[in-house]
Amino acid sequence: MSVALSFGRAARWPRYRVRRVLTEAASVVLGVVLLVWSLLPVYNMLLIALDPEGDNEFAGYIWPPDPSLESFRVVWTEGHWYLEHFWNQFGNSLYVGLLTMVLTVLVGSLASFAIGRMQLRNARMLTNAALLTYVLPSSFLAIPFLGVVRSYGLSDNLWAVIAAEVMFATPFAILILQQYAKLIPIELDEAARVDGASPVQLYVRIYLPLMAPGLAAVGTYALLLAWGEYLYQYVLLSPTRNWTVAVALEQFWDSDEAPWNYMMALAIMYALPPIAIFYALRHYIGAGLMMGRVKG
Amino acid sequence: MSGRQQVVAAARPVVGGGGWRPTWRGHLHGSELTWAIAFLVPYAAVFFAFAVYPIAYGFWMGREPSLYAHLVSDPRYITTVINTVLYVGLAVNVKMFLALLLSGFFTRRRWWIKALLVIYILPWALPAVPAFLSFHWMLIGEQGLVDSVLQALFSIDGPIWFNDRWLALGSNIIAYIWKWMPFWTVIFLAGRMAIPEDIYEAADIDGATGARGFVHVTFPLLANIYLVCTLLSIIWTLGDFTSVFFVSGGAPAMSTDVLATIGIRYALDLAQPQLGVAAMLSALPVLIPLVIVLMRKVQATEVQL
Repeated sequence: MSVALSFGRAARWPRYRVRRVLTEAASVVLGVVLLVWSLLPVYNMLLIALDPEGDNEFAGYIWPPDPSLESFRVVWTEGHWYLEHFWNQFGNSLYVGLLTMVLTVLVGSLASFAIGRMQLRNARMLTNAALLTYVLPSSFLAIPFLGVVRSYGLSDNLWAVIAAEVMFATPFAILILQQYAKLIPIELDEAARVDGASPVQLYVRIYLPLMAPGLAAVGTYALLLAWGEYLYQYVLLSPTRNWTVAVALEQFWDSDEAPWNYMMALAIMYALPPIAIFYALRHYIGAGLMMGRVKG
Repeated sequence: MSGRQQVVAAARPVVGGGGWRPTWRGHLHGSELTWAIAFLVPYAAVFFAFAVYPIAYGFWMGREPSLYAHLVSDPRYITTVINTVLYVGLAVNVKMFLALLLSGFFTRRRWWIKALLVIYILPWALPAVPAFLSFHWMLIGEQGLVDSVLQALFSIDGPIWFNDRWLALGSNIIAYIWKWMPFWTVIFLAGRMAIPEDIYEAADIDGATGARGFVHVTFPLLANIYLVCTLLSIIWTLGDFTSVFFVSGGAPAMSTDVLATIGIRYALDLAQPQLGVAAMLSALPVLIPLVIVLMRKVQATEVQL
């Protein structure tokens, strides 16, 4: 009776209202699907990391039966032989990330100042060279890079990794800084020039301060790239003191009896700093700017 | 605050306009030129020492024709080429198309859709190694989360994903789409936001709403960005190492490797670096035309990277 009544009422609804309800229902369904899709692998990391037993008997749970932060404590205190160099490796990741950030900002801003602000001939060619290195897949270069770095006497050296990350981050930094510099009127440089400023003074007193937001964005990009990159760190560094966290995670993958809960706790602790930076600067950095992370 | 808007503006596609042009042109001379060169020295040093030299060295390593004969006679290489074509073809196109559609969903002005976007970009914020590790352990067989959920909800015994070549290849593709779709969705979202509202109003009056609006208004306006992004994504996916290496790891028995992973495997596990370089160089006949088309497109349309 009531079913028939409500059907009758639905039939008398205007068509646009029916359509609106249907659209709304469809977008709620889609929203739920996207929520599960986005969070499932992240939930899986927590599920494994919160299991205090770990080892291999992890079987068939979809909810942690006895959640505990024990595995995070073990990682923090380097309490397992897989983790004996954890803080060392964390420091290495940080060292590589920070130096890549500083060097990318320095090298990129100097080059972009020379290309964009000084009337250099063939500046277009330099930008194209940067664009070309930016689009090349980095993994194709890893093996020859290893050979070249050995010939420089940098085998198993964090500086080899830093060189690789700077090489991959700088072209993108130059492209972005070129874009950003267009917002600063060239007349400013000219006025300073008339007053007798040298190119170095222009760079230090005008270019750097006005470009600060762009430089910050480019530096963040370089930091996240170097922190998250895996292949070059894997190829260039040997076990285990010199490893970065990204490479240390892989040793768990290789072995069947590795403690999975420690692995996931390590993975979460490794992922948290970049996630925090990413969300803190999400609005500031803007849409296209994180593009280079695709290279991963 | 204005700085923030400026960076966003700089990251947006630039429409029209020849851009900035110096008011006085002329060639540099004397100390100016010296300074300009001095400013370029660090970048040039990095570029030649760590890009040009390794590229040249790579060509030198892969110079022997016999290496390519060896590759072609290796059945693992043939499998790898087929996998690479399937992986790049499916992963990139499905990801880009879904990203384009979803970017339309995220333009809706609802508070919960805005909140959902914040969660939706989490895969992009997560570093690649933890993300793909999680996928590996989610699918690792009866103990994995996916099969546990299938068991708990539907009482189905899920498959052992990495024992079957096609399931393992599919897992790699799904993981890859999961990781990178949010990024491209945000790019397309920015592209959609740049389309003026009155174009849609005009289209509305002419009866182009819903799917017809997408086909006749949105897609033609986004076609250039879509093409450039797809080309870029194809090139990067061709060189993608981390997802395949961590999700299936080539299992079962190196049958899901792609060119990027088999090159590293030849070089490091089998100690044949020349063969590894040759495997990667064999992608050049596809890669070079793609790069040329992409560079021309980027310059012609001023789509900003």
